[in-house]
Amino acid sequence: MSDRLSIVVVEKDRERALLIVDSLRASGDHEISVISEQSGLARRISERNPDVVLVDFANPSRDMLEELTLASSPLERPVAMFVDRSDDALTRAAIEAGVSAYVVDGLSAGRIKPILDAAITRFHMFQAMRAELAATKRALEERKIIDRAKGVLMKARGLDEDAAYALLRKTAMDQGRKVAEVAEALVTAAGLLS
Amino acid sequence: MSQTRLTLGYIPLVDAAPLIIARELGFAEQEGLAVDLRAAPSWSTLRDMVALGQIEAAHMLAPIPVAMAMGLGGMATRLDAISVLSVNGNAVGVSMQLARKMRDAGHDFGFADATAAGRALIAAAGDRLRIGVPFPFSMHAELLYYWLGSLGLEAPQALDVHTVPPQQMAEAMAAGDLDAFCVGAPWGSMAVENGAGELLLPTSAIWSFAPEKVLAVRHDWAEKAPDQAARLIRAMWRAGRWLADSGNRITASEILSRPDHLNLSAELLERSLSGNLMISARGEQRRAEGYLEFHRGAATFPWRSQAGWIATRLAARTGLDRAQAREAARRVFRTDLYRAALDTTAADLPGASEKLEGALDVPTEVASQTGSLILGPDRFFDGQIFDPDAE
Repeated sequence: MSDRLSIVVVEKDRERALLIVDSLRASGDHEISVISEQSGLARRISERNPDVVLVDFANPSRDMLEELTLASSPLERPVAMFVDRSDDALTRAAIEAGVSAYVVDGLSAGRIKPILDAAITRFHMFQAMRAELAATKRALEERKIIDRAKGVLMKARGLDEDAAYALLRKTAMDQGRKVAEVAEALVTAAGLLS
Repeated sequence: MSQTRLTLGYIPLVDAAPLIIARELGFAEQEGLAVDLRAAPSWSTLRDMVALGQIEAAHMLAPIPVAMAMGLGGMATRLDAISVLSVNGNAVGVSMQLARKMRDAGHDFGFADATAAGRALIAAAGDRLRIGVPFPFSMHAELLYYWLGSLGLEAPQALDVHTVPPQQMAEAMAAGDLDAFCVGAPWGSMAVENGAGELLLPTSAIWSFAPEKVLAVRHDWAEKAPDQAARLIRAMWRAGRWLADSGNRITASEILSRPDHLNLSAELLERSLSGNLMISARGEQRRAEGYLEFHRGAATFPWRSQAGWIATRLAARTGLDRAQAREAARRVFRTDLYRAALDTTAADLPGASEKLEGALDVPTEVASQTGSLILGPDRFFDGQIFDPDAE
């Protein structure tokens, strides 16, 4: 086996794939390719005959890769999921980060670790970014709906802004619900009544 | 009683119903279990989640724990099947083009005769039949190999069996990547609905009592927490009994159809639960007896002979030692835990833990704890009998 490893990254999202490829390049001189098509995935991979396959843990097409774990002829190299040969901590880190790695039988853990470390960082970073974006978006939406609910209360009950918010918060606490939920219910009801 | 919190994983299919019903109708709560459900995007991810301890138990293809015990596939942790969750429930479908060819050649799409359907399929398929299954280790794959192999097709060599996620099956067929598929409910009906194909045969016409999904847990979890395992088995058993009552079908399909569960039309799900299937876009209806069983005929009993059949088939096509494979498989179907868990309930359990698979042609009374257990027919379409003790 030569020093260069061939790595296939299965990823539909182009931006994300580029991020992962960049970080893999930084971890060593490897031959890296990206597959973004889902159809015929197992065939596409076996044509390239890679040493390592990296794929999102949550990718529905992952089952297609399981076919590769069965070597159907002596010439084909069986591929195993990385988790059954590595140290536990690395495995857990990979799964937490959402990476599953398929590795050709017989490849030593020492050679895979830097690659997996690099992939983990990237997968992790991307996931964190996505979660952050979703959380920010949700917070903004909640704020908008609470503002509208405050407006409804101010108009209907002649309250000032602070009193309107206090009433929303008290109702939410009494009912064991979130302020945003109470606000949403109020806005919906007000819309129906107007 | 304080509630024990458990997370159960599943793939959004009709036969995940026992897990969903056990939670939604309080059968789990009744056992002191607070159940969180987590849908998984693929079988390999679900298997890894349970093997790595992210979840306690999972809805799983019956051959997966058997394959793992034989050292096949990507993950080596031992999983145990503590209960069968459902019997049968898959359907074979063909592309519109292949269906037309088969009809032109005189096949009636009767949806019952596996020999006639198989011969018509082989005749129409040309030299290489491309079939999609949801996973390499699945009853879908094993039953296809068994069926077409028994009809003279050299399986697996003459077949191109590919793994395609169920949601992508209709798409792959429309794109011309597949000639046929074998898939679980409701994805067969979905392919008909989308005009991607027609249904040819329920897999119950190949083996009339095939274990389909099991409840899989880590072996060491079952050893460490036998009480929790027992409570899970009882909750699933009660959910299965509720599902088997035809009066509950509408309610069951409504619950399953909700956005946080399968998120599909209740009418479509009801077809699979009732066994009244629409097989073509022209609206042709067929009734499949025993299409999907959750309870009747001791459906959830994890017969060691069922594990033995799966292991024998897997060993034959992967070139492993059959006797060793069978021995490993028998250990993962935990008849012992299942019996212990249901000992205190109204469940009537069979006296034996193994049987000749394929020997019952008609519903038959068998020796059981209270003497009134009737097992349904379990015959193979070609009349073969599998003896778990034979060499």
